[in-house]
Amino acid sequence: MPRLYSFFCPFLINIKMNIIVIALITLGVIAAVSAVILFFVAKKFHVFEDPRIDEVEEALPAANCGGCGFPGCRGFANACVSADSLEKLNCPVGGNETMKKVADILGKVAVETAPTVAVVRCGGTCDHRPRTSDYDGVKHCFIAHNLYSGESGCSYGCLGLGDCEVSCEFDAIHINPVSKLPEVDEEKCTSCGACVKACPKLLIELRKKGPKSRRIYVSCRNEERGPIAKKNCEVSCIACGKCEKVCPHEAITISNNLAFIHDDKCKLCRKCVEVCPTNAIVELNFPPRKVKMEEPLTPKVELVS
Amino acid sequence: MGGIHPKENKFSAGKKIIVAELPKQVVIPLSHYIGTPSEAVVKKGDLVKAGQLIGKANGFISANVHASVSGKVSKVDVQLDATGYRRPAVFIDVEGDEWLEGIDCCSELIRECTLSTEEIKKRIQDAGIVGLGGATFPAHVKLSPPPGKKADCLIINAVECESYLTNDHALMLEKGEEIMVGIGITMKVLDVKKAYIGIENNKPDAIDHLGKLAKNYPGVEIVPLKVRYPQGGEKQLIDAIIRRQVPSGRIPIEVGAVVQNVGTIFAIYEAVQKNKPMVERVITVTGKSAPNPGNYWVRVGTMLAEVAEVSGGVPADTGKIVGGGPMMGRSFMTLDIPTAKGSAGILYIKREEALRKPIKNCIRCTKCVTVCPMGLEPFLLMNQSERNMWPEMEANRTMDCIECGSCSYTCPSNRPLLDYIRFGKTTVGGIIRNRVTVKK
Repeated sequence: MPRLYSFFCPFLINIKMNIIVIALITLGVIAAVSAVILFFVAKKFHVFEDPRIDEVEEALPAANCGGCGFPGCRGFANACVSADSLEKLNCPVGGNETMKKVADILGKVAVETAPTVAVVRCGGTCDHRPRTSDYDGVKHCFIAHNLYSGESGCSYGCLGLGDCEVSCEFDAIHINPVSKLPEVDEEKCTSCGACVKACPKLLIELRKKGPKSRRIYVSCRNEERGPIAKKNCEVSCIACGKCEKVCPHEAITISNNLAFIHDDKCKLCRKCVEVCPTNAIVELNFPPRKVKMEEPLTPKVELVS
Repeated sequence: MGGIHPKENKFSAGKKIIVAELPKQVVIPLSHYIGTPSEAVVKKGDLVKAGQLIGKANGFISANVHASVSGKVSKVDVQLDATGYRRPAVFIDVEGDEWLEGIDCCSELIRECTLSTEEIKKRIQDAGIVGLGGATFPAHVKLSPPPGKKADCLIINAVECESYLTNDHALMLEKGEEIMVGIGITMKVLDVKKAYIGIENNKPDAIDHLGKLAKNYPGVEIVPLKVRYPQGGEKQLIDAIIRRQVPSGRIPIEVGAVVQNVGTIFAIYEAVQKNKPMVERVITVTGKSAPNPGNYWVRVGTMLAEVAEVSGGVPADTGKIVGGGPMMGRSFMTLDIPTAKGSAGILYIKREEALRKPIKNCIRCTKCVTVCPMGLEPFLLMNQSERNMWPEMEANRTMDCIECGSCSYTCPSNRPLLDYIRFGKTTVGGIIRNRVTVKK
């Protein structure tokens, strides 16, 4: 090496060649040559990306939750830019506000969608649904589900092991240690759908949030005959049909021994909640009902002569 | 390759099989572990005789179901099974013990079989015979190789590698001659000249007994094997006896072997020679705390609680009751479930031994890799399963896992390897099935 340098820089022959200087010069030359090569390669192989994708991505909430059905916020931004219309595209985390921003950037029309929220369709707390066996295995809903039906007599009910809690990236669903059922925090829930996929019993559903966050739903997924369902859980749906008959908006259908309230037809009149004999139908965020005050009874007075 | 040697604990070995008393009611499940449930052909109020058809097979991978007792059908309703789900079953109130005409109930040995291969297969199918090795796969399906594939030998699985269980052992000692005739019949159906009976050498009396009988049956060879779990797995047994390895993802017929459990062979003998369908089986009731460890002839449909009573009741310090052996058996959530064709044993485990130990981190000792009989890497599969890495699990051949439990048994950190691998198998299996449907 020193010979090479002495060929190019004759004045260095007389100075004792320091290894460090040799190293510095060598690396410096390699760095400079690489930089030049990289500069030209980057120019030649540059991928053209629509600059609007960056703009749209800026407007998104950056949660990268996959709730939109695309891989991360960049994937969604890509889809928005390349789509003809924003009809089927919706960011559940950002909601209508974000979609409006995206529409403005792209010069397209945003379609307003009703906000949805996760709803857990099981009311089988430890009080209502007695446990008949003690599960000792891995505390993971899918693994328990793979092994058997669950700790209670209802094979459709919540296992309480928290797969939904673990899957939520927004800290919006937690298992209540007393009731052993999951509870959804409405403020934090972004309706991304991760918990829906995580539940092996398919108990969680994304339903319309409703005006003033009010909603009514059947908190049961049991498809066994009424007497069997009731034996294993006090608040199960026994498919008696009373709710279906009383509903003035034809929003309730019963199939496979289970009632279901369709949230596009439900007008939140609460008649079904009143008639349900097992209290399987749940109403959320409603004001307490006015209790009719009864007339004070006049006591019968016996005339004593 | 691989394998472990847990303590054998064969407390009920060598005990004569006791015929359990007939119960007052039987509940015969119409659904099977593998395949589609059968359709009921009887209804409430019907009088049935033992051996009468009560459920017809539904599809190719399904089996006929027969009444195991005589009496009146009280209802066709759902009944809780070992998995905790309620499935269709036929409830019969027992009256007497009358068998259907045409069924030979006497225990005289019948050696000759003059039926053709097709007639034999039909009898096996009609009798609702399923594999008694644990998987309860319909026998007539296994004995009908797909076109283009032919077996060149029959392997009888008399290994009984699970600890505690001794029902196959007892059957071999008491019904050795019948088993030999059954082997001859099965060899005829498959058109093979050679049969091997694999027996582990912790059963020397069975090896002697069958060895003497085999002298009269050319082509049948007894192969004593070293004691190792899970040597009773089909693929492991084929490797141990004829040194052929079934390729990943394939079935034994691809290497020319058909494996049948010795209990299934006995059932084939009864079906073909005596016209008797599969309605009873030997069950081992055992455990360190069991009052009378033993083997019992039990009719299908008898509630397990009654079987436990007959053998002295459930011990007070029981923590878990396992259906089958301690490695692959499933813990019962209640004993109010009926005996199914596949129920092999009732095992009582003491409370101190029953609870799982706390899980620690993987230390990459690779003991699990050493013991895996299918050559897999259980620690890696569990890692991937925890992270939901399904394509990677498929590439690492998770579908080859036979769920023997050797990995979880050996792990020094008490990691629940098999639970996570099973989770992976279920999910990957679902993905593969969906792929096939989409392709169509």
